[in-house]
Order: sequence, then C-alpha cells, then structure tokens
Amino acid sequence: MKTASPFLELESGPRVRVWLDEAPLDLPEGANLAAALLAAGVREFRNTPVSGAPRAPFCMMGACFDCLVDIDGVTRQACMLEVVEGMRIARPNQPEAADEAQ
Amino acid sequence: MKHSDLIVIGAGPAGMAAAATAAEAGLSVTLLDEQQRLGGQIYRDVDRVAPKRGDILGADYTHGATLTAAIRRQGIEHVEGAVVWAIEDGFRVSFTKDGRGAQVSGDRVILATGALERPMPVPGWTLPGVITAGAAQILLKQSGVLPRRAVLVGSGPLLYLIAAQMVRAGTPPLALVETQTRGDLLGAARHLGGALRGWNYLAKGLAMLSEIRRAGVSRYAGATAVAVEGSDRAEAVSFQCGGTRHRIDCDTVLLHHGVVPNTQAARSLGVTHEWDAGQSCFSPVRDRWGATNVEGVFIAGDGAGIGGAKVAEIAGRIAALKVAEELGKLSESERDRKAAPLHRQRAGESAVRPFLDAAYPPFREALAPEDATIVCRCEEVTAGDIRRYAKLGCLGPNQTKAFGRAGMGPCQGRYCGLTVTALLAQANGLSPDETGYYRIRPPLKPVTLGELAAMVDHADEAAE
Repeated sequence: MKTASPFLELESGPRVRVWLDEAPLDLPEGANLAAALLAAGVREFRNTPVSGAPRAPFCMMGACFDCLVDIDGVTRQACMLEVVEGMRIARPNQPEAADEAQ
Repeated sequence: MKHSDLIVIGAGPAGMAAAATAAEAGLSVTLLDEQQRLGGQIYRDVDRVAPKRGDILGADYTHGATLTAAIRRQGIEHVEGAVVWAIEDGFRVSFTKDGRGAQVSGDRVILATGALERPMPVPGWTLPGVITAGAAQILLKQSGVLPRRAVLVGSGPLLYLIAAQMVRAGTPPLALVETQTRGDLLGAARHLGGALRGWNYLAKGLAMLSEIRRAGVSRYAGATAVAVEGSDRAEAVSFQCGGTRHRIDCDTVLLHHGVVPNTQAARSLGVTHEWDAGQSCFSPVRDRWGATNVEGVFIAGDGAGIGGAKVAEIAGRIAALKVAEELGKLSESERDRKAAPLHRQRAGESAVRPFLDAAYPPFREALAPEDATIVCRCEEVTAGDIRRYAKLGCLGPNQTKAFGRAGMGPCQGRYCGLTVTALLAQANGLSPDETGYYRIRPPLKPVTLGELAAMVDHADEAAE
C-alpha cells in the first residue's frame, strides 16, 4: 500500500478510526467504504481465490464483487458499505508477502 | 409479511417515477433498493450531493431531486439498503437488509433494475486501477473522489460526460482513447433524422466535446490493439492509432463501451429475452406498457433496453399507469388519457438512440477478445478457454459452467455473460438467440446463513 493515492478527494469531513489488516486508518465517517479506501491510497482490496491475482473495485455498484473485503470476519462488498468507526477490515486471500506492504 | 399492491425494485429514475405515479393513483407501494439513499446510479445520492457538487455534475444530474421529492411527497415506503435475492410467484420478494433476511409480498412487480456496464474484456482489464467509466461517475457523484491520472478508453457519450465532469472538477483526464471510427459515424448518418429530433442530446454532446478540447485533453479515435499494462496494477494504456503504437502512463484506466440491460432479476422470473442487434445485447420482451410474458411482472427503464434516464422515467410512469388500471384504480380510458402524452414524450426522447448506437458501437476487439484475455473475472476463465470448450462440443453458456466454472463466481455472470454468449456463437456459427444466456436462479445476490436465520417478518414487527 502506498501513501500517495491515485485519487483526489474534493471534500474533507470528520474522520473515524478503522482497522485495515490490523493497521489503523482514518476514513471519512459515513463515506462509501470502497471510495474511502481508494482515496486513502489502498490499491489492492483482495487477491483472487483462483490465481491469487490482486483486485480492487471495478464497478462501484454492487455488481462485480471485485471489491470484496472481510468485515468482522464476513466477506462483504466494500462498495455497498459505509465507513463506521472501529470497523475491522481485512483483505481476503492475501499472500504472506503482502503483509510487509504496510 | 407486509403486503402492497405494487413492489418496485430499484430506485433509479424508472423505479422512483413508477412508485410515485402508482401511489398517486391510489396504490400501496413498496420501493426496494440496494443503495442507502434514493437515486439509483444515474442520480446516485442526489439529495445529499446536488447542493455540494451540482455545478460539476450538471443539471441532468440534479434533475433527480424532483423524483426523490415525489417519493417523499407520496409517503411511499422506501426500504433502503434492501438487497433483493429472490422473487417468487405470487409475488413474494426476499431481501437482506442490515444483516437480516426479510420478505414482502405484492400483487404486481415492476423491475427497475437498470443497466450494467457492457463487459469490456481487453488485456489487463482485471488489474487494480482499471474501473468502469460508470464507477468513476459513482465515485465522483457519491464520494467526491476523482482519479488524478486517468486515461479513458472505449466509446460512447458517457465517456464525454465523465471527461467533462473531470475537467470541471480540475482533474482532466490524461487522454481520451476512443475505439469508434469515422466509418461508424458515417454509417450512423442514416439515422440522422432521429438524431435531429433528439437535437438537444447532440447539442449537449458537442458542448461536452468542446469543454474537453478546451482543457487540452488528447483525443485518439479508431484505436485498436488496446491493452492495459502493468503487473500488479494498471501502469499504462497501450494502443494502435493511425499506424502508430502509443503508450500512455497512468494510474487509473476508465473503460466504457456502452451499457446493457441488467437482466438478472427478470431472467430469474422466466421473462423471455431476445437479442437486440442494434444495441448488441439481450433485452426482455415486453409490450408498450412494459408488461412481460410473466403475468404481473413489468420492466421499466434501462433494464428493458437502453434508453437513458429520461426514457426510463417516462417508462416508469407508463408501467405504473397500466398497473393502476389492472388493479382497478384507473379505468382504461383514464389510463390511456394519462399515458398518451407519455408515449409521445418517450418516442421523442428515444429518437436519438439509433444514431448513438450506430455512431458509438461496442469495441470489436472486446466482443471477440484474444485467447489469453480473461472473460470471466470471478473464475479467471479466458476467451481461449471458452473457444476450447466450444471445440469440445459446448453449445451454450450453461454448459461452460460445467466445463470450467465460467459464470459461477459471485458476480453470477453479470460481467461475462454477454462475452461468453458472443464467443460461443462465433465458435459454433450460431446466433446469440440460438446460443442463449446463463440460466439465472435465486439467490440473485449472495446471502449468508446468518441472514436467513435472522429473517424477520416486517408485519409482525409493526404489530408489536
């Protein structure tokens, strides 16, 4: 994960703390989770179960299932969720090596 | 279980207009929608966003607020965040909301499930950093989030719209790589009569193009051999244009070559679909009211064939008038009197469509991808795999599931179905209608056992 985001945020509202793979991250409260993670510079949301290829949001409308993340242990579509304080987010099927990307 | 005269699924322009019109005629209406707030994709989150970013998004977007206002005025029960996963005869609609299953029943159903981006399988389209143009629009509308270094690839008016909006927001795209050719435009000239009837659409398109030009965005037309390059994420777009190979470094790639009806819910109900050659997609067979072969099931909006937001809104009203008449709230003559101007308006708003469909056809390479290109994103099945299945005797999309799991991942074929049909049709020398499409069954969206176990009855809850 890089700190510089390829995405620009037009507004900045109050932020709340969430946890991504056990690391703290401050995201806009109530924002669309997928959008907030992209804006925070998260490039890879998961790896595929078939080949382990990295994936990230593609459709942003709940249809493609590429933005899947684990929320409190349940696999959910990030683009269909809103940021809630204390959310525990994990990236599914990460290869071991990706852990050092923090 | 709560019962209504009418259940409307989808709160975009068609669904909102249908719900408001039906309620106005005296019907009880339940409006189910996946999103947390009204608007669908085209008017996504319009009530919260219009005051903040209305200037960037334009009047065509802020118009959506008139539809959300009508929903509130009529006091319609809008169940937000309702992910519908089954629609059964009768009708009983099952959905998940806030982690719990729930059901509602109704005498009629209007499906207003809208459109999906046409799948655009080009090399590299599964890489992080590649999103649909629609996704970029949703990011901008709902979240005020924009890609900084983006290349737009494909064809169609939506590319101009997002490019113009990016210009207004101060982050113009690096380039607009268009796949349609001058020949396509010339071929579309035979639809010029219709285009002139829809002159307001053309005028808007030209205004957007001049906005993009003034911002100095490079434009390439007739691009071929399009590929997204990068190992773990999108790093560049490469393509051939005018005999030259180009490569543009970028962080984000926006793909778009039209939208297609989202037919999942209609197919799960057994609605007949036919190939629409003009729009290169399957559309449900319906009459002028939106009624399908399944009694009591209506389809309005882009889910019935791509017409755009205004056509969708009108079609929603038309379907609702028919339902109101069937349920005894309007006489046939009242229905016809109210519907006559709507039918005329729809014809006017639809007039430009044949021109647009011909001028901005789907990208040919993405309809017949090279062997190594992934077509089923979920199960990572390539075009070559599908061709190989055809050689082994695979005739239809349902068999590809047995051959190699294409269409069996969580998206349930939404982003590979049309490509798989096209590949099998080409390989077997059959038409798309002869080849067919995936059989779509409930659950339409994944549902957990916990959600099922927590199924609540809304009527019981209200009674307590």
